[in-house]
Amino acid sequence: MDEGLLRELTPVVLTALVRRGADFAAAEDAVQEALLEAWRVWPADPPRDPRAWLVTVAWRRFLDATRSDAARRRREDGVGEEPAPGPVSGVDDTLRLYALCAHPSLSPSSAVALTLRAVGGLTTRQIAAAYLVPEATVAQRISRAKRSLAGVRFDHPGDLGTVLRVLYLVFNEGHSGDVDLVVEALRLTRQLAAAVDDPEVHGLLALVLLHSARRDARTDADGALVPLARQDRSRWDTAAVAEGVAVLQAALARDRLGEYQAQAAIAALHADARSVEETDWVQVVEWYDELVRLTGSPVARLNRAVAVGEADGPQAGLAALAELDEALPRYTAVAAHLHERAGDPVLAQQLYGRAAALATDAAERHHLTRQAARLHGDRTVQ
Amino acid sequence: MPKYLLLKHYRGAPAPTNDVPMSEWTPEEVTAHIRYMEEFADRLRANGEFVDAQALSQEGTWVRSDGPGRPPVTDGPFAETKDLVAGWMAIDVDDHERALELAAELSAAPGAGGEPIHEWLELRPFLQAPPTVRE
Repeated sequence: MDEGLLRELTPVVLTALVRRGADFAAAEDAVQEALLEAWRVWPADPPRDPRAWLVTVAWRRFLDATRSDAARRRREDGVGEEPAPGPVSGVDDTLRLYALCAHPSLSPSSAVALTLRAVGGLTTRQIAAAYLVPEATVAQRISRAKRSLAGVRFDHPGDLGTVLRVLYLVFNEGHSGDVDLVVEALRLTRQLAAAVDDPEVHGLLALVLLHSARRDARTDADGALVPLARQDRSRWDTAAVAEGVAVLQAALARDRLGEYQAQAAIAALHADARSVEETDWVQVVEWYDELVRLTGSPVARLNRAVAVGEADGPQAGLAALAELDEALPRYTAVAAHLHERAGDPVLAQQLYGRAAALATDAAERHHLTRQAARLHGDRTVQ
Repeated sequence: MPKYLLLKHYRGAPAPTNDVPMSEWTPEEVTAHIRYMEEFADRLRANGEFVDAQALSQEGTWVRSDGPGRPPVTDGPFAETKDLVAGWMAIDVDDHERALELAAELSAAPGAGGEPIHEWLELRPFLQAPPTVRE
């Protein structure tokens, strides 16, 4: 059973139904039912033409649902109604579908769930397993999202910025159940980049590729977090790095810089260095300056302080850090790192301990606790 | 989409505004309180923000290992234990502000005289999955 094919066909089948005149919410339900049917039937009886099979089954489900709805309405209101044929669009439907699922009226969690189901072809159960919430919770997010979208026209031009934010969210939260959401984010971004010629879409694709390339090296055999500086760079996926760099260079050449291209450029500089010492930290700082200029993001400022510490020494890094708000997530972890490099292991040890207590994810907390323990051990040995 | 635990305490939380022990309420007030909690959970379910809701019994047992091949050692319950968790609701929300809003709503469950208890709830974030982008 080709799960990849099934997922790829999902948005194709959905837009086929919408083009035939089905409304988005009903079409999306019908496609999800057809997907579940495919999961049940295909292993024993694979179709010759999977796309045609899915369109036929989904359309039949749509008609059944519409008929029973219409029958109910007739009983309730005494009015009969057949769906009007929708506008047939020659313009690219891919972006429209992504944009509808990431519509600005939706909350981030709803937009993520709807995108993964309607565009990504995941089942409600798979999405729930990835985000560690009950299946009913995801189902509610999707049905609420579709209710919010009831008045939104499918052929309305969408907002690319919200689409990219939703894809970035799927990618960066990096959850996984029986599906790996980083892999799904890569697939969805690649699919969007094939349909939409925009440097920021390609910037996001490059960013996802470059980070995916390093994923295996980010954890050791015990599952513990390995920071960038200590990663075994021979474990990086060179094909993904090469593709990411090529995609980024083509995007940058168009001279319409945006936040995803800037983030990808930073990732590319790391990917390009054979060791942490060989990293071009001066350029990394310059890209963080761009990123701060583009986004004003406090997280970008914090990461810039780390890069300044590498480019101009820990004192310069601490000076850059001093300008920032201590309440920023990971501020204390960065301070610990810079103080250790500045030759103050006692203060660094205390700060690592405090940073561990403030960490928002378990891998980071364990890593920082080990850093504190390492410096404590060094002191006891002396 | 962070997860939070809304922790309700039998003991150990600061005193609420409407501080009458539940055993001194009228039966109708107890029913109204429980209904409020159930309706709150139903709203979370309808919003797609529900993860889990559980109530704990008042008394538990302390357990520790006594070495390999030996039965576990048990003790307690200790009446003097200051902090006693009554139960929790786990939520999955878009941001911290929403978590605060929901906690405040739950804290307003009715108590004695049908008035909101305004009890203190402890809001604890779950540790999240590590982000893909760190630098």
